[in-house]
Amino acid sequence: MSTLAAKHLQSDAPVQLRNVVRQFGQQRVIDGLDLDIAPGEFVALLGASGSGKTTLLRSLAGLDSIDSGQLLVPKARAAVFQEPRLMPWKRAWKNVILGLRVPDAKERAVQALTEVGLAHRLEAYPATLSGGEAQRVALARGLVREPKLLLLDEPFAALDALTRIKMHRLIIELWRKHTPAVLLVTHDVDEAILLADRVIVLANGKIAEQLTIDLPRSRDTGQDGFQAIRARLLSLLGVEVETAAVAERQTTVRRFAHA
Amino acid sequence: MTEKTFDTPSASSSFSVNKAADRPTASGLAPNWLRNWRTPEVLLRLLSPIALLLLWELASRFGLIPQRIIAAPSQIGDTLWAMIVSGELGKHLLVSLQRALLGLSIGVSIGVVAALITGLSKRGEVILDSPMQMLRTIPSLALVPLFILWFGIGEFTKIALIVTGTTFPVYLNLFSGIRNIDPKLIEAANTLGLNRRELIWHVILPGSLPSFFVGLRYSLGISWLALVFVEQINTTAGIGFLASDARDFMRTDVIVICLLIYSVLGLLIDGLIRTLERFALAWRPSFVRN
Repeated sequence: MSTLAAKHLQSDAPVQLRNVVRQFGQQRVIDGLDLDIAPGEFVALLGASGSGKTTLLRSLAGLDSIDSGQLLVPKARAAVFQEPRLMPWKRAWKNVILGLRVPDAKERAVQALTEVGLAHRLEAYPATLSGGEAQRVALARGLVREPKLLLLDEPFAALDALTRIKMHRLIIELWRKHTPAVLLVTHDVDEAILLADRVIVLANGKIAEQLTIDLPRSRDTGQDGFQAIRARLLSLLGVEVETAAVAERQTTVRRFAHA
Repeated sequence: MTEKTFDTPSASSSFSVNKAADRPTASGLAPNWLRNWRTPEVLLRLLSPIALLLLWELASRFGLIPQRIIAAPSQIGDTLWAMIVSGELGKHLLVSLQRALLGLSIGVSIGVVAALITGLSKRGEVILDSPMQMLRTIPSLALVPLFILWFGIGEFTKIALIVTGTTFPVYLNLFSGIRNIDPKLIEAANTLGLNRRELIWHVILPGSLPSFFVGLRYSLGISWLALVFVEQINTTAGIGFLASDARDFMRTDVIVICLLIYSVLGLLIDGLIRTLERFALAWRPSFVRN
């Protein structure tokens, strides 16, 4: 096992986890987890509350340690959380370059904020930004560091439905442009299918199931095959859906395929 | 007995408002400017104090309030003017201000340094916090006898008393401000790769600034209180001296002037702090919206 792991660690995957364990007291929150994320891969992590999603993300972000196992993550990584976590006393562009040690910081901040569509809000204090705007500043703050790994911890959960749709488009656009590996933790099955290359379902600190989503982009929930994947994931998460409609839809599709 | 019904015309299920538009009409007896006249709020606010002053003046003139109890407003005004012109008031005011500001700045500095030591390091808290907590429970004015024995009755004792009074509000507030910074922001700073020095400078200090200002306001109030007290023990200059001297000569007008000076200065310094806050805490939602 260890030799196998060592061999695997030679690969070019920016994120490599081997038999990772994290426990609080007697409870193993992450229990022997193996996970690779390829360069530029978009991975969504689903799981019920308490399945270890957030703990895993925190370990990858360097906010939490692991108790045993091997964990390899790039140094260049950034995290965006459910709350924007901007410093209220710093203007938007100053927030973006916080901790960035480069000479042309201001220009980079302007560029990053322009990318997320906030060129007109450079000098704004976070208190004056809307929820979506603040989250976009947080995104700019992550991307300005040119991360090899972008960690997203339910970043759209607190946004209204319309803003969320816009943010989904934005995140895909930025991901294509900057090509970081992305790990998105979410509760939202639709969001996971819309955005990710691969969806991982976590249960009891282990990977219960993974699905490669090969639906063509840009995706929408009415797309062929979408509902089938959705039903599959929901049942893995313990939610049974009315499968009749899905089945009928699939037979229709199949019939078309035969014809 | 007739049958009762509860059907009233108003019991309909909708609520409607029908207001005529508020349009000025040309037909009227008073001219336009008079009908549109609005008394400025400032004047309304001044109305009751002015009435009170008038009553006071009249009562003094007719001998209802003897001068031994309190002087008439007009006499207070005359004395105030005379004291300003002669420079006497300015001289005493300057002495008092110097005392208050010197004591305050030393006290606030000690409070800030102590709070930084205990707030930013665990070891500092272990070493310094419990003595600070013990000292803060002693009312600073209770130290007077000891300070007089140690430092005599000169300027040093006066300043020292103001210092002891003003240190602790700043210390307590700044310490809790540092410790109550949102841990999520500190976590964010860690993921952004800030080192400890940057964390203190960019996150902890600006985040605890509002608490510092709360402490500063308390300290100001206390410095004033301590000033009133220390200036009545063996002094030859200062507003407090002026007041105790006036007591010996039963000059109620001078005493009232001293009270006025204290309140005006208190207001002025509070205004100064507010202005400072407006600049230093411009990011706070309450300021941002204005």
